[in-house]
Amino acid sequence: MHPAFSVLIFTVTSGAGYGLLAWLGVGQLLGYTQAQTTDQQIVVGVIAMVLVSIGLLSSTMHLANPKNAWRSFSRFRTSWLSREAVFAILLYPVAALYAAAIFWQWSCINWLAGLSIVLALVTLFSTSMIYASLKTIRQWNTPMVPALFMAYALSSGGLLFLAVSGLFGALNSVLLSTVLGLVLITFALKMVYFFWQGKPQGATIQTATGFSQASVRLLDAGHSAPTFLNREFGYQIAADKLLRLRIVMTIVTFVVPLVIFYCVLQGSAVELLAVAWLMMMVGLLIERWLFFAEARHVVRLYHGDQRT
Amino acid sequence: MKLGLVVDLDTCVGCHACGTACKQWNTSGTIGPLSDERPYEKDPSGSWLNRIRTYEVGDSPHSKTVNMPMSCMHCEDAACVTVCPTGASYKREEDGIVLIDQDKCMGCNLCSWACPYGARELDPSSGTMKKCTLCVDRIYDEQLPEAERQPACVLTCPTSSRVFGDFDDPDSDVSKLTRERAGQQLMPELGYNPVNTYLPPRNPKQQDQVKVSAMQGVKQLVNRIINR
Repeated sequence: MHPAFSVLIFTVTSGAGYGLLAWLGVGQLLGYTQAQTTDQQIVVGVIAMVLVSIGLLSSTMHLANPKNAWRSFSRFRTSWLSREAVFAILLYPVAALYAAAIFWQWSCINWLAGLSIVLALVTLFSTSMIYASLKTIRQWNTPMVPALFMAYALSSGGLLFLAVSGLFGALNSVLLSTVLGLVLITFALKMVYFFWQGKPQGATIQTATGFSQASVRLLDAGHSAPTFLNREFGYQIAADKLLRLRIVMTIVTFVVPLVIFYCVLQGSAVELLAVAWLMMMVGLLIERWLFFAEARHVVRLYHGDQRT
Repeated sequence: MKLGLVVDLDTCVGCHACGTACKQWNTSGTIGPLSDERPYEKDPSGSWLNRIRTYEVGDSPHSKTVNMPMSCMHCEDAACVTVCPTGASYKREEDGIVLIDQDKCMGCNLCSWACPYGARELDPSSGTMKKCTLCVDRIYDEQLPEAERQPACVLTCPTSSRVFGDFDDPDSDVSKLTRERAGQQLMPELGYNPVNTYLPPRNPKQQDQVKVSAMQGVKQLVNRIINR
């Protein structure tokens, strides 16, 4: 699949934003945010919603006909993209009420925190299901994809929450170990995904053309220059480059932040957590790029690929 | 009604006439112009609703060249319609034709991702998705003579490899052909239940045994004895 830059930015930044908002809510429910002042909590919430908004604005950039984007709220009952749009918009008033509850110390603050967590997670799940529901792309059509999307968002959001809390001098050691555990789980899940993805399975050129008993080779694709289908689905990248990018991604997204976690636990400056977050965001952009570049759509079978 | 096409892979010669006729009809049809990019340069591109590809099936010397035209299969479980967030993609209840409302499409490409057959292409100038309409603006046009109320690709095919009809009617041409020649769906394992079927190439006819009359048989026998 062609990796559209606007979609990479969208899924990574809004993911971190939703993750951060969810952690703010978790901190409220578990009573950890009491160490922070009202202003500090509101700053965290604003950072979260700014990240979410940057992502959502970026997502409209890949639309070829954005004037009809408002119609995307209309097919909630069938389309995951529509559900994502509805939940993403619903979150804004809820987040605003949550901010008001923090500011004026409303008694219903726990309810609003809980609702924000649920909406953030549901929006994340809807985004991931846009990809996971496509039977045409076997690399995406797996429950591992929603699990990974949620894990990335909660890891990067959690790391940002720790970094900001650290800058405010209100770092909570329980939350620190929880996020550390989450980053480890995400790391393991991604490695499982890489191993699973390498196993050949799914449709082949034989089932695509119906000649299931013979070898089939493409003689002529029928066009002299690349078409929409080639540009959208024919993205090809050398295997050695992919391997190198996977290694870089693993180091930047997981290894470096984990080393920084270790240093912070050993007593280094908590400001390092901000560096860890930035590294993870860069790593997640590479990860999302790989997520697209490594996904092989079945239409490629008609253009000569023997399997997906 | 379940309207669709049967494509005969035995007789298709890969002349691309169906694709050209499709473009010619639909570029001035209900879905608006099918625009092109750089049409007279070395890398022309643009929306095209019927792609014809050529494959070598089997290994030489027993291989066969097969031409495979592919347009929308008007699937019974059309995932392209399910994923559409704006409601622009829809499947008509009365005849099963899958269409795109050009006034509602926002060009997010998700339907083209959901389609395994590459039937949907984004129009570079309108930014909306375009696809085969099964010539919905021809097949119901009562101004046309009845014989011409068929998709443009079917009418133009010089080898009659394309047949249009109602798959719900067991006595229609398409149903009979599919039944008699084991017409099959492409990539059925994805579960989209495509309506269009493809007829596999027939095996070459066996050479008939030459019948010899009794008199000729005697002559052949005598000739063989004399040759000895």
